[in-house]
Amino acid sequence: MCGNTNTQQIMSEKIQAAPTDGVKDTSFWQRIFSGKFRQSLANFFDEVGQLTMFTGKFFKELVTPPYEISEFLKQCYWIGNMSLPLVGITAFIMGLVFTMQSRPTLAKFGAESWLPAMVSVAMVREIAPVITGLIVAGKVGSGIGAELASMRVTEQIDALEVSGNRPLKYVVVTRVLACILMVPLLVLFADGIAMMGSYLGVNLTDKTTLRLFFSHVFSALDFIDIFPAFIKTFFFGLAIGIISCYKGYNANSGTEGVGRAANSAVVVASLMIFIIDMIAVQVSDLFMK
Amino acid sequence: MATQEQNITEGALTDEPRFEGDKTVNIQGLKKAFGMHEVLKGVDLQIGKAENLVVLGKSGTGKSVLIKCMVGLLQPDEGRVEVLGQEVPKLKEDDLNQVRQKIGFLFQSAALYDSMTVRENLEFALRQSKVKDKAEIDKLVEEALDNVGLKEAIDKMPSELSGGMRKRAGLARTIIMRPELILYDEPSTGLDPITSREISELILEIQKKYKTSSLIITHDIECAKITANRIIVLRDGVVTAEGTFEELENSEDEWVRSFFNK
Ligand SMILES: Nc1ncnc2c1ncn2[C@@H]1O[C@H](COP(=O)(O)OP(=O)(O)OP(=O)(O)O)[C@@H](O)[C@H]1O
Ligand SMILES: [Mg+2]
Repeated sequence: MCGNTNTQQIMSEKIQAAPTDGVKDTSFWQRIFSGKFRQSLANFFDEVGQLTMFTGKFFKELVTPPYEISEFLKQCYWIGNMSLPLVGITAFIMGLVFTMQSRPTLAKFGAESWLPAMVSVAMVREIAPVITGLIVAGKVGSGIGAELASMRVTEQIDALEVSGNRPLKYVVVTRVLACILMVPLLVLFADGIAMMGSYLGVNLTDKTTLRLFFSHVFSALDFIDIFPAFIKTFFFGLAIGIISCYKGYNANSGTEGVGRAANSAVVVASLMIFIIDMIAVQVSDLFMK
Repeated sequence: MATQEQNITEGALTDEPRFEGDKTVNIQGLKKAFGMHEVLKGVDLQIGKAENLVVLGKSGTGKSVLIKCMVGLLQPDEGRVEVLGQEVPKLKEDDLNQVRQKIGFLFQSAALYDSMTVRENLEFALRQSKVKDKAEIDKLVEEALDNVGLKEAIDKMPSELSGGMRKRAGLARTIIMRPELILYDEPSTGLDPITSREISELILEIQKKYKTSSLIITHDIECAKITANRIIVLRDGVVTAEGTFEELENSEDEWVRSFFNK
Protein backbone atom coordinates (compact mmCIF):
# COMPACT_ATOMS: atom_id res chain seq x y z
CA MET A 1 0.00 0.00 0.00
CA CYS A 2 2.68 2.36 1.04
CA GLY A 3 4.61 1.64 -2.13
CA ASN A 4 1.49 2.23 -4.12
CA THR A 5 0.83 5.70 -2.78
CA ASN A 6 4.47 6.43 -3.29
CA THR A 7 4.30 5.64 -6.98
CA GLN A 8 1.07 7.53 -7.23
CA GLN A 9 2.75 10.53 -5.75
CA ILE A 10 5.64 10.26 -8.10
CA MET A 11 3.25 9.84 -10.98
CA SER A 12 1.22 12.86 -10.10
CA GLU A 13 4.38 14.87 -9.64
CA LYS A 14 5.52 13.81 -13.06
CA ILE A 15 2.19 14.65 -14.56
CA GLN A 16 2.27 18.08 -13.01
CA ALA A 17 5.83 18.57 -14.12
CA ALA A 18 5.08 17.59 -17.68
CA PRO A 19 4.72 20.72 -19.77
CA THR A 20 1.41 19.71 -21.30
CA ASP A 21 -1.43 22.01 -21.93
CA GLY A 22 -4.81 20.51 -21.12
CA VAL A 23 -5.61 17.89 -18.56
CA LYS A 24 -3.47 14.78 -18.53
CA ASP A 25 -5.85 11.96 -17.92
CA THR A 26 -4.25 8.55 -17.77
CA SER A 27 -7.43 6.64 -18.39
CA PHE A 28 -7.57 2.96 -19.20
CA TRP A 29 -7.69 3.51 -22.95
CA GLN A 30 -4.87 5.95 -22.91
CA ARG A 31 -2.67 3.50 -21.12
CA ILE A 32 -3.67 0.79 -23.56
CA PHE A 33 -2.93 2.98 -26.56
CA SER A 34 0.53 4.00 -25.53
CA GLY A 35 3.93 2.40 -25.61
CA LYS A 36 4.51 -1.00 -27.14
CA PHE A 37 0.92 -1.82 -27.87
CA ARG A 38 0.46 1.38 -29.79
CA GLN A 39 3.61 0.70 -31.75
CA SER A 40 2.56 -2.77 -32.76
CA LEU A 41 -0.90 -1.51 -33.64
CA ALA A 42 0.69 1.10 -35.87
CA ASN A 43 2.91 -1.55 -37.45
CA PHE A 44 -0.11 -3.73 -38.06
CA PHE A 45 -2.02 -1.02 -39.88
CA ASP A 46 1.10 -0.04 -41.77
CA GLU A 47 1.50 -3.63 -42.93
CA VAL A 48 -2.16 -3.86 -43.92
CA GLY A 49 -1.79 -0.65 -45.92
CA GLN A 50 1.34 -1.91 -47.66
CA LEU A 51 -0.32 -5.21 -48.45
CA THR A 52 -3.33 -3.44 -49.90
CA MET A 53 -1.10 -1.31 -52.08
CA PHE A 54 0.79 -4.40 -53.19
CA THR A 55 -2.50 -6.05 -54.12
CA GLY A 56 -3.46 -2.95 -56.08
CA LYS A 57 -0.18 -3.09 -57.98
CA PHE A 58 -0.77 -6.78 -58.65
CA PHE A 59 -4.11 -6.07 -60.31
CA LYS A 60 -2.64 -3.21 -62.30
CA GLU A 61 0.19 -5.37 -63.63
CA LEU A 62 -2.26 -8.20 -64.22
CA VAL A 63 -4.23 -6.32 -66.83
CA THR A 64 -1.39 -4.63 -68.71
CA PRO A 65 0.36 -6.64 -71.43
CA PRO A 66 2.74 -8.37 -72.11
CA TYR A 67 1.63 -11.57 -70.41
CA GLU A 68 4.21 -14.02 -69.15
CA ILE A 69 2.41 -17.19 -70.21
CA SER A 70 5.28 -19.65 -70.06
CA GLU A 71 6.42 -18.54 -66.61
CA PHE A 72 2.80 -18.77 -65.44
CA LEU A 73 2.49 -22.36 -66.69
CA LYS A 74 5.79 -23.25 -65.08
CA GLN A 75 4.53 -21.96 -61.74
CA CYS A 76 1.23 -23.84 -62.11
CA TYR A 77 3.12 -27.05 -62.72
CA TRP A 78 5.39 -26.37 -59.75
CA ILE A 79 2.48 -25.72 -57.38
CA GLY A 80 0.64 -28.83 -58.52
CA ASN A 81 3.76 -30.91 -58.30
CA MET A 82 4.58 -29.65 -54.82
CA SER A 83 1.20 -30.18 -53.24
CA LEU A 84 -0.57 -32.96 -55.11
CA PRO A 85 0.78 -35.93 -53.13
CA LEU A 86 0.34 -34.28 -49.76
CA VAL A 87 -3.14 -32.99 -50.57
CA GLY A 88 -4.12 -36.44 -51.87
CA ILE A 89 -2.91 -38.35 -48.83
CA THR A 90 -4.38 -35.88 -46.35
CA ALA A 91 -7.74 -35.76 -48.11
CA PHE A 92 -7.95 -39.53 -48.23
CA ILE A 93 -7.21 -39.87 -44.54
CA MET A 94 -9.62 -37.08 -43.63
CA GLY A 95 -12.40 -38.75 -45.60
CA LEU A 96 -11.72 -42.11 -44.02
CA VAL A 97 -11.33 -40.89 -40.44
CA PHE A 98 -14.23 -38.49 -40.59
CA THR A 99 -16.49 -41.29 -41.78
CA MET A 100 -15.32 -43.65 -39.04
CA GLN A 101 -15.71 -40.99 -36.37
CA SER A 102 -19.19 -39.94 -37.43
CA ARG A 103 -20.54 -43.43 -37.71
CA PRO A 104 -21.24 -44.17 -33.99
CA THR A 105 -23.20 -40.94 -33.55
CA LEU A 106 -25.34 -41.58 -36.58
CA ALA A 107 -25.77 -45.22 -35.55
CA LYS A 108 -27.36 -44.07 -32.27
CA PHE A 109 -30.21 -42.62 -34.31
CA GLY A 110 -30.22 -45.51 -36.70
CA ALA A 111 -29.15 -43.17 -39.47
CA GLU A 112 -26.04 -44.91 -40.82
CA SER A 113 -27.39 -44.60 -44.35
CA TRP A 114 -26.93 -40.87 -44.00
CA LEU A 115 -23.21 -41.28 -43.58
CA PRO A 116 -22.17 -40.62 -47.19
CA ALA A 117 -24.41 -37.58 -47.38
CA MET A 118 -23.18 -36.07 -44.16
CA VAL A 119 -19.52 -36.69 -44.83
CA SER A 120 -19.69 -35.37 -48.37
CA VAL A 121 -21.38 -32.14 -47.32
CA ALA A 122 -18.83 -31.57 -44.55
CA MET A 123 -15.94 -32.38 -46.85
CA VAL A 124 -16.99 -30.30 -49.82
CA ARG A 125 -18.21 -27.33 -47.86
CA GLU A 126 -15.51 -27.02 -45.29
CA ILE A 127 -12.88 -29.63 -44.69
CA ALA A 128 -11.38 -30.13 -48.14
CA PRO A 129 -11.08 -26.41 -48.94
CA VAL A 130 -9.55 -25.50 -45.61
CA ILE A 131 -7.19 -28.47 -45.42
CA THR A 132 -6.04 -27.92 -48.99
CA GLY A 133 -5.64 -24.23 -48.34
CA LEU A 134 -3.52 -24.89 -45.28
CA ILE A 135 -1.34 -27.41 -47.08
CA VAL A 136 -0.78 -25.08 -50.01
CA ALA A 137 -0.10 -22.21 -47.62
CA GLY A 138 2.49 -24.36 -45.89
CA LYS A 139 4.23 -25.83 -48.90
CA VAL A 140 3.77 -23.27 -51.64
CA GLY A 141 3.56 -20.20 -49.41
CA SER A 142 6.85 -20.94 -47.71
CA GLY A 143 8.38 -21.88 -51.06
CA ILE A 144 7.36 -18.65 -52.73
CA GLY A 145 8.26 -16.58 -49.67
CA ALA A 146 11.73 -18.07 -49.48
CA GLU A 147 12.34 -17.96 -53.22
CA LEU A 148 11.36 -14.33 -53.63
CA ALA A 149 13.21 -13.33 -50.49
CA SER A 150 16.40 -14.94 -51.71
CA MET A 151 15.90 -13.29 -55.09
CA ARG A 152 15.61 -10.02 -53.22
CA VAL A 153 18.70 -10.45 -51.05
CA THR A 154 20.89 -11.73 -53.90
CA GLU A 155 19.81 -8.73 -55.99
CA GLN A 156 18.06 -10.84 -58.64
CA ILE A 157 14.95 -8.69 -58.38
CA ASP A 158 17.10 -5.60 -58.84
CA ALA A 159 18.72 -7.30 -61.82
CA LEU A 160 15.31 -7.90 -63.39
CA GLU A 161 14.45 -4.30 -62.78
CA VAL A 162 17.58 -2.79 -64.32
CA SER A 163 17.26 -5.01 -67.37
CA GLY A 164 13.98 -3.24 -68.08
CA ASN A 165 11.80 -6.21 -67.13
CA ARG A 166 9.04 -5.63 -64.63
CA PRO A 167 9.76 -7.95 -61.71
CA LEU A 168 6.26 -7.44 -60.38
CA LYS A 169 4.84 -8.76 -63.61
CA TYR A 170 7.35 -11.50 -64.23
CA VAL A 171 7.75 -12.78 -60.69
CA VAL A 172 4.68 -11.77 -58.69
CA VAL A 173 1.78 -11.81 -61.15
CA THR A 174 2.68 -15.23 -62.52
CA ARG A 175 2.92 -16.80 -59.07
CA VAL A 176 -0.23 -15.25 -57.67
CA LEU A 177 -2.23 -16.20 -60.75
CA ALA A 178 -0.90 -19.73 -60.55
CA CYS A 179 -2.08 -19.93 -56.93
CA ILE A 180 -5.51 -18.58 -57.87
CA LEU A 181 -5.88 -21.23 -60.55
CA MET A 182 -4.30 -24.18 -58.79
CA VAL A 183 -5.88 -23.98 -55.33
CA PRO A 184 -9.45 -24.56 -56.64
CA LEU A 185 -8.21 -27.41 -58.83
CA LEU A 186 -6.43 -28.99 -55.88
CA VAL A 187 -9.59 -28.60 -53.78
CA LEU A 188 -11.65 -30.41 -56.43
CA PHE A 189 -9.04 -33.13 -56.42
CA ALA A 190 -9.15 -33.28 -52.63
CA ASP A 191 -12.97 -33.52 -52.71
CA GLY A 192 -12.73 -36.54 -54.99
CA ILE A 193 -10.04 -38.29 -52.99
CA ALA A 194 -11.80 -37.59 -49.68
CA MET A 195 -14.90 -39.29 -51.07
CA MET A 196 -12.81 -42.32 -51.93
CA GLY A 197 -11.53 -42.37 -48.36
CA SER A 198 -15.05 -42.07 -47.08
CA TYR A 199 -16.17 -44.94 -49.30
CA LEU A 200 -13.51 -47.09 -47.73
CA GLY A 201 -14.63 -45.94 -44.27
CA VAL A 202 -18.23 -46.91 -44.96
CA ASN A 203 -17.14 -50.25 -46.32
CA LEU A 204 -15.21 -51.16 -43.21
CA THR A 205 -18.49 -51.92 -41.44
CA ASP A 206 -21.23 -51.97 -44.06
CA LYS A 207 -21.17 -53.19 -47.59
CA THR A 208 -21.99 -50.63 -50.25
CA THR A 209 -21.22 -50.50 -53.90
CA LEU A 210 -19.28 -47.55 -55.20
CA ARG A 211 -22.30 -46.67 -57.31
CA LEU A 212 -24.73 -46.64 -54.43
CA PHE A 213 -22.29 -44.64 -52.33
CA PHE A 214 -21.89 -41.97 -54.96
CA SER A 215 -25.59 -41.81 -55.68
CA HIS A 216 -26.06 -40.99 -51.99
CA VAL A 217 -23.31 -38.41 -52.19
CA PHE A 218 -24.64 -36.67 -55.26
CA SER A 219 -28.20 -36.60 -54.05
CA ALA A 220 -26.99 -34.96 -50.84
CA LEU A 221 -24.83 -32.34 -52.50
CA ASP A 222 -26.68 -29.29 -53.72
CA PHE A 223 -25.49 -26.44 -55.84
CA ILE A 224 -25.61 -24.44 -52.63
CA ASP A 225 -23.00 -26.74 -51.07
CA ILE A 226 -20.65 -26.72 -54.00
CA PHE A 227 -20.76 -23.25 -55.47
CA PRO A 228 -19.89 -21.02 -52.49
CA ALA A 229 -17.25 -23.50 -51.38
CA PHE A 230 -15.72 -23.38 -54.83
CA ILE A 231 -15.75 -19.61 -55.00
CA LYS A 232 -13.98 -19.18 -51.70
CA THR A 233 -11.10 -21.37 -52.86
CA PHE A 234 -10.19 -18.73 -55.45
CA PHE A 235 -9.84 -16.28 -52.60
CA PHE A 236 -7.72 -18.79 -50.70
CA GLY A 237 -5.43 -18.94 -53.72
CA LEU A 238 -5.32 -15.17 -54.00
CA ALA A 239 -4.50 -14.79 -50.31
CA ILE A 240 -1.74 -17.39 -50.35
CA GLY A 241 -0.18 -15.97 -53.50
CA ILE A 242 -0.37 -12.29 -52.55
CA ILE A 243 0.81 -12.74 -48.97
CA SER A 244 3.75 -14.99 -49.75
CA CYS A 245 4.84 -12.82 -52.67
CA TYR A 246 4.51 -9.69 -50.54
CA LYS A 247 6.57 -11.19 -47.72
CA GLY A 248 9.27 -12.42 -50.08
CA TYR A 249 9.34 -9.34 -52.28
CA ASN A 250 9.82 -7.03 -49.31
CA ALA A 251 12.24 -9.23 -47.40
CA ASN A 252 15.03 -7.59 -45.43
CA SER A 253 18.52 -8.13 -46.70
CA GLY A 254 20.60 -10.86 -45.15
CA THR A 255 20.03 -14.56 -45.01
CA GLU A 256 17.90 -14.38 -41.88
CA GLY A 257 15.49 -12.26 -43.93
CA VAL A 258 14.81 -15.30 -46.13
CA GLY A 259 13.81 -17.51 -43.23
CA ARG A 260 11.69 -14.80 -41.70
CA ALA A 261 9.89 -14.14 -44.97
CA ALA A 262 9.11 -17.83 -45.48
CA ASN A 263 7.94 -18.18 -41.92
CA SER A 264 5.65 -15.19 -41.83
CA ALA A 265 4.29 -16.02 -45.29
CA VAL A 266 3.00 -19.32 -43.90
CA VAL A 267 1.67 -17.87 -40.66
CA VAL A 268 -0.17 -14.94 -42.20
CA ALA A 269 -1.50 -16.95 -45.17
CA SER A 270 -2.84 -19.69 -42.88
CA LEU A 271 -4.53 -17.16 -40.66
CA MET A 272 -5.98 -15.45 -43.70
CA ILE A 273 -7.50 -18.73 -44.86
CA PHE A 274 -9.50 -19.01 -41.66
CA ILE A 275 -10.57 -15.39 -41.88
CA ILE A 276 -11.73 -15.78 -45.48
CA ASP A 277 -13.51 -18.99 -44.49
CA MET A 278 -15.39 -17.13 -41.79
CA ILE A 279 -16.33 -14.29 -44.12
CA ALA A 280 -17.37 -16.76 -46.81
CA VAL A 281 -19.83 -18.54 -44.55
CA GLN A 282 -21.42 -15.23 -43.56
CA VAL A 283 -21.69 -14.08 -47.14
CA SER A 284 -23.15 -17.32 -48.45
CA ASP A 285 -25.65 -17.38 -45.57
CA LEU A 286 -26.71 -13.91 -46.59
CA PHE A 287 -27.49 -15.03 -50.12
CA MET A 288 -29.07 -18.32 -49.22
CA LYS A 289 -31.72 -16.85 -46.98
CA MET B 1 39.13 -17.13 -73.63
CA ALA B 2 39.31 -18.50 -77.14
CA THR B 3 41.53 -15.88 -78.69
CA GLN B 4 43.48 -12.94 -77.42
CA GLU B 5 41.71 -10.74 -79.95
CA GLN B 6 38.10 -11.12 -78.88
CA ASN B 7 35.52 -11.59 -81.57
CA ILE B 8 32.90 -8.97 -80.98
CA THR B 9 30.25 -8.43 -83.60
CA GLU B 10 29.05 -4.92 -84.15
CA GLY B 11 25.66 -3.25 -84.25
CA ALA B 12 23.18 -2.20 -81.63
CA LEU B 13 20.49 -4.61 -80.50
CA THR B 14 17.72 -2.10 -79.88
CA ASP B 15 15.86 0.25 -82.15
CA GLU B 16 16.25 3.06 -79.66
CA PRO B 17 18.28 5.96 -81.06
CA ARG B 18 21.74 6.36 -79.59
CA PHE B 19 22.36 9.16 -77.17
CA GLU B 20 24.19 11.94 -78.99
CA GLY B 21 25.12 14.38 -76.22
CA ASP B 22 28.70 14.66 -75.03
CA LYS B 23 28.09 13.83 -71.38
CA THR B 24 26.76 10.32 -71.00
CA VAL B 25 26.48 10.80 -67.28
CA ASN B 26 26.23 14.08 -65.40
CA ILE B 27 25.83 13.92 -61.65
CA GLN B 28 25.77 17.00 -59.46
CA GLY B 29 25.54 17.26 -55.70
CA LEU B 30 24.28 13.71 -55.23
CA LYS B 31 23.36 12.98 -51.62
CA LYS B 32 22.10 9.73 -50.22
CA ALA B 33 21.60 8.67 -46.63
CA PHE B 34 20.19 5.53 -45.03
CA GLY B 35 18.47 6.70 -41.87
CA MET B 36 21.08 8.66 -39.93
CA HIS B 37 23.93 7.19 -41.95
CA GLU B 38 24.98 9.66 -44.65
CA VAL B 39 26.69 7.67 -47.36
CA LEU B 40 27.01 10.10 -50.26
CA LYS B 41 27.45 13.73 -49.27
CA GLY B 42 27.43 15.62 -52.53
CA VAL B 43 29.11 13.67 -55.30
CA ASP B 44 29.83 15.36 -58.63
CA LEU B 45 30.91 13.32 -61.60
CA GLN B 46 30.74 13.34 -65.36
CA ILE B 47 31.40 10.61 -67.87
CA GLY B 48 32.20 11.74 -71.40
CA LYS B 49 31.25 9.95 -74.57
CA ALA B 50 33.10 6.64 -74.98
CA GLU B 51 35.06 7.30 -71.81
CA ASN B 52 36.07 4.75 -69.19
CA LEU B 53 35.85 6.22 -65.72
CA VAL B 54 37.30 4.20 -62.86
CA VAL B 55 36.00 4.77 -59.34
CA LEU B 56 38.29 3.91 -56.45
CA GLY B 57 37.44 4.05 -52.79
CA LYS B 58 37.55 2.09 -49.60
CA SER B 59 35.03 -0.63 -48.90
CA GLY B 60 31.77 0.82 -47.65
CA THR B 61 32.22 4.35 -49.02
CA GLY B 62 29.14 4.05 -51.18
CA LYS B 63 30.44 3.11 -54.63
CA SER B 64 27.69 0.57 -55.18
CA VAL B 65 25.14 3.03 -53.81
CA LEU B 66 26.38 5.59 -56.34
CA ILE B 67 25.75 3.40 -59.37
CA LYS B 68 22.42 2.18 -58.00
CA CYS B 69 21.30 5.79 -57.90
CA MET B 70 22.28 6.05 -61.56
CA VAL B 71 19.81 3.36 -62.68
CA GLY B 72 17.00 4.27 -60.32
CA LEU B 73 17.38 1.28 -58.00
CA LEU B 74 17.90 3.79 -55.21
CA GLN B 75 16.26 7.18 -55.03
CA PRO B 76 18.75 9.97 -54.24
CA ASP B 77 17.90 12.37 -51.43
CA GLU B 78 19.28 15.39 -53.23
CA GLY B 79 21.12 16.35 -56.38
CA ARG B 80 20.88 15.93 -60.10
CA VAL B 81 21.43 12.55 -61.77
CA GLU B 82 21.41 12.78 -65.53
CA VAL B 83 22.09 9.59 -67.48
CA LEU B 84 21.97 9.43 -71.29
CA GLY B 85 20.30 12.81 -71.30
CA GLN B 86 17.50 11.84 -68.94
CA GLU B 87 17.05 12.81 -65.34
CA VAL B 88 16.70 9.33 -63.90
CA PRO B 89 15.10 10.00 -60.49
CA LYS B 90 12.27 11.94 -62.12
CA LEU B 91 11.38 9.40 -64.82
CA LYS B 92 8.13 7.45 -64.92
CA GLU B 93 8.43 3.68 -64.94
CA ASP B 94 8.02 3.20 -68.70
CA ASP B 95 10.53 5.91 -69.58
CA LEU B 96 12.90 4.61 -66.95
CA ASN B 97 12.75 1.14 -68.50
CA GLN B 98 13.59 2.65 -71.90
CA VAL B 99 16.71 4.24 -70.47
CA ARG B 100 17.60 1.09 -68.57
CA GLN B 101 17.66 -0.92 -71.78
CA LYS B 102 20.58 1.19 -72.90
CA ILE B 103 22.47 0.67 -69.66
CA GLY B 104 24.39 -2.44 -68.69
CA PHE B 105 24.73 -3.14 -64.99
CA LEU B 106 27.13 -5.69 -63.58
CA PHE B 107 26.15 -6.44 -59.99
CA GLN B 108 28.86 -6.90 -57.41
CA SER B 109 27.20 -10.19 -56.52
CA ALA B 110 26.66 -11.06 -60.24
CA ALA B 111 22.93 -11.56 -59.43
CA LEU B 112 22.43 -14.45 -61.84
CA TYR B 113 18.89 -15.79 -61.96
CA ASP B 114 19.10 -18.95 -59.85
CA SER B 115 16.28 -20.76 -61.56
CA MET B 116 17.82 -20.51 -65.03
CA THR B 117 20.88 -22.00 -66.69
CA VAL B 118 23.67 -19.71 -67.83
CA ARG B 119 22.29 -19.86 -71.37
CA GLU B 120 18.81 -18.92 -70.20
CA ASN B 121 20.22 -16.09 -68.12
CA LEU B 122 21.79 -14.61 -71.24
CA GLU B 123 18.74 -15.28 -73.39
CA PHE B 124 16.63 -13.56 -70.79
CA ALA B 125 18.77 -10.44 -71.12
CA LEU B 126 18.03 -10.45 -74.86
CA ARG B 127 14.27 -10.49 -74.32
CA GLN B 128 14.10 -6.73 -74.60
CA SER B 129 16.20 -6.60 -77.76
CA LYS B 130 15.03 -6.60 -81.34
CA VAL B 131 16.68 -9.97 -81.98
CA LYS B 132 13.98 -12.61 -82.11
CA ASP B 133 15.50 -15.27 -84.33
CA LYS B 134 16.54 -18.38 -82.38
CA ALA B 135 19.71 -19.04 -84.37
CA GLU B 136 20.85 -15.48 -83.97
CA ILE B 137 20.15 -15.52 -80.23
CA ASP B 138 22.20 -18.70 -79.89
CA LYS B 139 25.04 -17.09 -81.78
CA LEU B 140 25.00 -14.00 -79.56
CA VAL B 141 24.88 -16.06 -76.38
CA GLU B 142 27.78 -18.25 -77.42
CA GLU B 143 29.80 -15.28 -78.52
CA ALA B 144 29.25 -13.45 -75.24
CA LEU B 145 30.22 -16.50 -73.21
CA ASP B 146 33.23 -17.07 -75.41
CA ASN B 147 34.36 -13.53 -74.67
CA VAL B 148 34.45 -14.24 -70.95
CA GLY B 149 35.88 -17.74 -71.44
CA LEU B 150 32.83 -19.55 -70.16
CA LYS B 151 31.67 -21.47 -73.20
CA GLU B 152 31.86 -24.86 -71.52
CA ALA B 153 29.57 -23.77 -68.68
CA ILE B 154 26.74 -22.74 -70.98
CA ASP B 155 24.22 -25.30 -69.75
CA LYS B 156 25.17 -25.22 -66.08
CA MET B 157 22.99 -23.80 -63.33
CA PRO B 158 24.42 -20.81 -61.42
CA SER B 159 24.64 -22.93 -58.27
CA GLU B 160 27.14 -25.18 -60.06
CA LEU B 161 29.52 -22.31 -60.85
CA SER B 162 32.45 -21.01 -58.85
CA GLY B 163 32.47 -17.41 -57.62
CA GLY B 164 34.69 -16.23 -60.46
CA MET B 165 32.63 -18.08 -63.03
CA ARG B 166 29.46 -16.47 -61.74
CA LYS B 167 31.09 -13.10 -62.05
CA ARG B 168 32.06 -13.81 -65.63
CA ALA B 169 28.60 -15.12 -66.47
CA GLY B 170 27.18 -11.91 -65.01
CA LEU B 171 29.60 -9.94 -67.15
CA ALA B 172 28.52 -11.84 -70.26
CA ARG B 173 24.89 -11.12 -69.42
CA THR B 174 25.72 -7.43 -69.02
CA ILE B 175 27.60 -6.98 -72.29
CA ILE B 176 25.37 -9.12 -74.49
CA MET B 177 22.92 -6.25 -75.01
CA ARG B 178 25.75 -3.97 -76.21
CA PRO B 179 24.61 -1.13 -73.98
CA GLU B 180 25.68 2.46 -74.52
CA LEU B 181 26.67 2.82 -70.90
CA ILE B 182 28.02 0.03 -68.73
CA LEU B 183 28.31 0.21 -64.97
CA TYR B 184 30.72 -2.45 -63.76
CA ASP B 185 30.72 -3.19 -60.04
CA GLU B 186 34.09 -4.85 -59.41
CA PRO B 187 34.35 -6.81 -62.66
CA SER B 188 37.58 -8.56 -61.78
CA THR B 189 37.13 -9.26 -58.08
CA GLY B 190 37.59 -12.90 -57.20
CA LEU B 191 39.39 -13.76 -60.42
CA ASP B 192 42.93 -15.04 -60.89
CA PRO B 193 45.48 -12.56 -62.30
CA ILE B 194 45.35 -14.02 -65.80
CA THR B 195 41.55 -14.02 -66.17
CA SER B 196 41.45 -10.70 -64.41
CA ARG B 197 43.71 -9.20 -67.03
CA GLU B 198 41.69 -10.73 -69.82
CA ILE B 199 38.50 -9.23 -68.40
CA SER B 200 40.17 -5.82 -68.21
CA GLU B 201 41.19 -6.14 -71.82
CA LEU B 202 37.68 -7.17 -72.76
CA ILE B 203 36.32 -4.02 -71.12
CA LEU B 204 38.75 -1.95 -73.15
CA GLU B 205 37.81 -3.81 -76.32
CA ILE B 206 34.11 -3.21 -75.78
CA GLN B 207 34.75 0.48 -75.28
CA LYS B 208 36.70 0.74 -78.54
CA LYS B 209 34.28 -1.30 -80.61
CA TYR B 210 30.93 0.04 -79.50
CA LYS B 211 32.04 3.47 -78.31
CA THR B 212 30.59 2.52 -74.95
CA SER B 213 30.95 4.75 -71.93
CA SER B 214 31.74 2.90 -68.75
CA LEU B 215 32.00 3.40 -65.05
CA ILE B 216 34.22 0.78 -63.48
CA ILE B 217 34.31 0.26 -59.73
CA THR B 218 37.40 -1.70 -58.82
CA HIS B 219 39.97 -2.42 -56.16
CA ASP B 220 42.24 -3.96 -58.77
CA ILE B 221 44.93 -1.45 -59.69
CA GLU B 222 46.00 -3.48 -62.70
CA CYS B 223 42.44 -3.31 -64.01
CA ALA B 224 42.33 0.43 -63.39
CA LYS B 225 45.58 0.88 -65.23
CA ILE B 226 44.39 -1.02 -68.29
CA THR B 227 40.87 0.36 -68.54
CA ALA B 228 40.89 3.89 -67.13
CA ASN B 229 40.82 7.05 -69.18
CA ARG B 230 40.22 8.90 -65.95
CA ILE B 231 40.03 7.94 -62.29
CA ILE B 232 38.10 9.42 -59.38
CA VAL B 233 38.58 8.56 -55.74
CA LEU B 234 35.64 8.53 -53.32
CA ARG B 235 36.29 9.31 -49.69
CA ASP B 236 33.82 10.14 -46.93
CA GLY B 237 31.00 10.53 -49.41
CA VAL B 238 32.69 13.00 -51.74
CA VAL B 239 35.12 12.88 -54.65
CA THR B 240 38.52 13.71 -53.18
CA ALA B 241 40.77 13.20 -56.16
CA GLU B 242 40.47 13.04 -59.90
CA GLY B 243 42.90 12.52 -62.76
CA THR B 244 44.58 10.04 -65.03
CA PHE B 245 46.28 6.95 -63.68
CA GLU B 246 49.72 8.60 -63.77
CA GLU B 247 48.50 11.78 -62.11
CA LEU B 248 46.92 9.98 -59.19
CA GLU B 249 49.78 7.55 -58.88
CA ASN B 250 52.02 10.49 -58.19
CA SER B 251 49.50 12.45 -56.19
CA GLU B 252 50.50 14.85 -53.42
CA ASP B 253 48.03 13.14 -51.12
CA GLU B 254 49.58 10.14 -49.44
CA TRP B 255 46.19 8.56 -48.82
CA VAL B 256 45.42 8.61 -52.55
CA ARG B 257 48.88 7.30 -53.39
CA SER B 258 48.40 4.42 -51.02
CA PHE B 259 45.76 3.00 -53.37
CA PHE B 260 48.50 2.50 -55.91
CA ASN B 261 50.75 0.61 -53.47
CA LYS B 262 53.15 3.52 -53.31
N1 LIG C 1 19.94 -0.76 -48.80
C1 LIG C 1 20.70 -0.24 -47.83
N2 LIG C 1 20.18 0.05 -46.63
C2 LIG C 1 20.93 0.59 -45.65
N3 LIG C 1 22.23 0.85 -45.77
C3 LIG C 1 22.82 0.58 -46.94
C4 LIG C 1 22.09 0.01 -48.03
N4 LIG C 1 22.94 -0.14 -49.08
C5 LIG C 1 24.13 0.30 -48.65
N5 LIG C 1 24.08 0.74 -47.37
C6 LIG C 1 25.18 1.31 -46.61
O1 LIG C 1 25.85 2.22 -47.44
C7 LIG C 1 27.24 2.14 -47.28
C8 LIG C 1 27.92 2.02 -48.62
O2 LIG C 1 27.60 0.77 -49.19
P1 LIG C 1 28.14 0.33 -50.61
O3 LIG C 1 27.62 -1.03 -50.87
O4 LIG C 1 27.86 1.36 -51.60
O5 LIG C 1 29.72 0.26 -50.36
P2 LIG C 1 30.84 0.02 -51.43
O6 LIG C 1 31.61 1.27 -51.58
O7 LIG C 1 30.26 -0.53 -52.67
O8 LIG C 1 31.76 -1.05 -50.71
P3 LIG C 1 32.48 -2.35 -51.31
O9 LIG C 1 33.74 -1.90 -51.94
O10 LIG C 1 32.74 -3.18 -50.11
O11 LIG C 1 31.52 -2.97 -52.24
C9 LIG C 1 27.49 0.98 -46.35
O12 LIG C 1 27.86 1.51 -45.10
C10 LIG C 1 26.19 0.26 -46.24
O13 LIG C 1 26.00 -0.17 -44.92
MG1 LIG D 1 30.15 -2.31 -53.56
